[in-house]
Amino acid sequence: MQSSGIQVLFEGANLSRLLGGLWVTLQIALISIAISAVLGVLFGIVMTSKSRVVRAVCRIYLEAVRIIPILVWLFIFYFGVTKALNIHLSGMFVSVLVFSLWGTAEMGDIVRGAVQSLPLHQREAGRAIGLTELQVYRYIIIPQAVRRLLPAAINLATRMIKTTSLVVIIGVVEVVKVGQQIIESNILNFPTASLWVYGLIFLLYFIICYPISLFSKRLETRWQS
Amino acid sequence: MKKLKQWIAAALAGVLALGVLTGCGQSGGSSSGSLESIKERGTIRIGVFSDKPPFGYIDSNGENQGYDVYLAKRLAKDLLGDESKVEFVLVEAASRVEYLQSNKVDLLLANFTVTKERAEQVDFANPYMKVALGIVLKDGGITSVDQLKGKTLAVNKGTTAETYFTENYPDINLLKFDQNTETFQALKDGRADALAHDNTLLFAWANENDGFEVGVSSLGSHDTIAPAVKKGNDELRSWVNDELAKLGEEKFMHKNYQETLLPYYGDDIDPEDVVVEGGALE
Repeated sequence: MQSSGIQVLFEGANLSRLLGGLWVTLQIALISIAISAVLGVLFGIVMTSKSRVVRAVCRIYLEAVRIIPILVWLFIFYFGVTKALNIHLSGMFVSVLVFSLWGTAEMGDIVRGAVQSLPLHQREAGRAIGLTELQVYRYIIIPQAVRRLLPAAINLATRMIKTTSLVVIIGVVEVVKVGQQIIESNILNFPTASLWVYGLIFLLYFIICYPISLFSKRLETRWQS
Repeated sequence: MKKLKQWIAAALAGVLALGVLTGCGQSGGSSSGSLESIKERGTIRIGVFSDKPPFGYIDSNGENQGYDVYLAKRLAKDLLGDESKVEFVLVEAASRVEYLQSNKVDLLLANFTVTKERAEQVDFANPYMKVALGIVLKDGGITSVDQLKGKTLAVNKGTTAETYFTENYPDINLLKFDQNTETFQALKDGRADALAHDNTLLFAWANENDGFEVGVSSLGSHDTIAPAVKKGNDELRSWVNDELAKLGEEKFMHKNYQETLLPYYGDDIDPEDVVVEGGALE
């Protein structure tokens, strides 16, 4: 009855189920990363505001997202909102929402750090040649800041991809959960299934995350020349 | 400068608000699990496990299977006329109560053991299964607990097995572990003479490990496993109770055992150790 574990991957619809789970993972991760990249840059610029009130509000948002675990945010938006307001949000929507909130906050802080690390004379030189504020950001601040924040932003993106495995707690079945389902339901006929299933999942995550690292490396070298 | 940032801040707030609002409009979802609203919707939403064979799991073709699922399909058939009219919501042990409390499922059939603490959060219907402690050991050894005196018994820390033997059999030496795998390994390599755990787990384990048998199959107090509904949903709860009583007349849960549990447990196990028929313990 006991056979080699690798067969479990080709049993029934297992392989396409794993790829389906990977698609769910990718959807959540890529949509949230895209939203976070755009909103994060804006949020980061707002964080450099001179107004104390604006800075305080930004700080509260950032710290709230950082201090409260993602798992708890998922619970709050999926179960809490439904209980309090009787509104049903789909698990997928809540996942994207929570990951975008998290990504925007973290990305914002990265952008703030990069913008503030630029010497003040860059900004002043821009104003001196008569650029408007918008043009100062468009042509001077943002291009330089992006180069400085790239490594941290890539780190955040891969972290977001990997953290998506939490969403199973609100019923979204992504690649890791599909893997667990396959392992558990085959525990009698394929006792070594876990090795192969987790091995494949490792490979799938690698295939997604590695190109992102490669891409950032290429950008960095291109910008250096 | 200031103006620009204020403008961006306003835009950000707007985008977030818009996101939340469009999300809200996404799905109305009926708010109550009453029989009428289930019939109106045409499907009953039942929370089941997706990775706990043989009770609730997903087979290689992506279909829900197991003892809990078998019952769920029958309930859907009797309530709505067709067993396909069940919407399976895959729940996790850690959040299954929340699914009921926030109306995301009508009924929970996620191998939910009845306890006093849980009864404060949900309402349990009558049981459809029971678990007790069992003892597994090498073939041909022991048939009663008293024969274990002076021997070594492996248990998991913090389980009912540990408390039961500490209180009732102080002259049995306990060997305690954190993980299931460690506990079973101790039995396999002879550090322990026997092992105590939930009998439902031991039946499946003994069936797949040659040379071991469940010497004592039912011990200590029985825990029951029952369907759960949202607190206060008496209508659905009493419907489930009537239904379980009706199914008892045709020995439905025994048929369920034959279909779903027998392949895991093998022929050596007495179904009466697990099955509760008609919603009532004898």
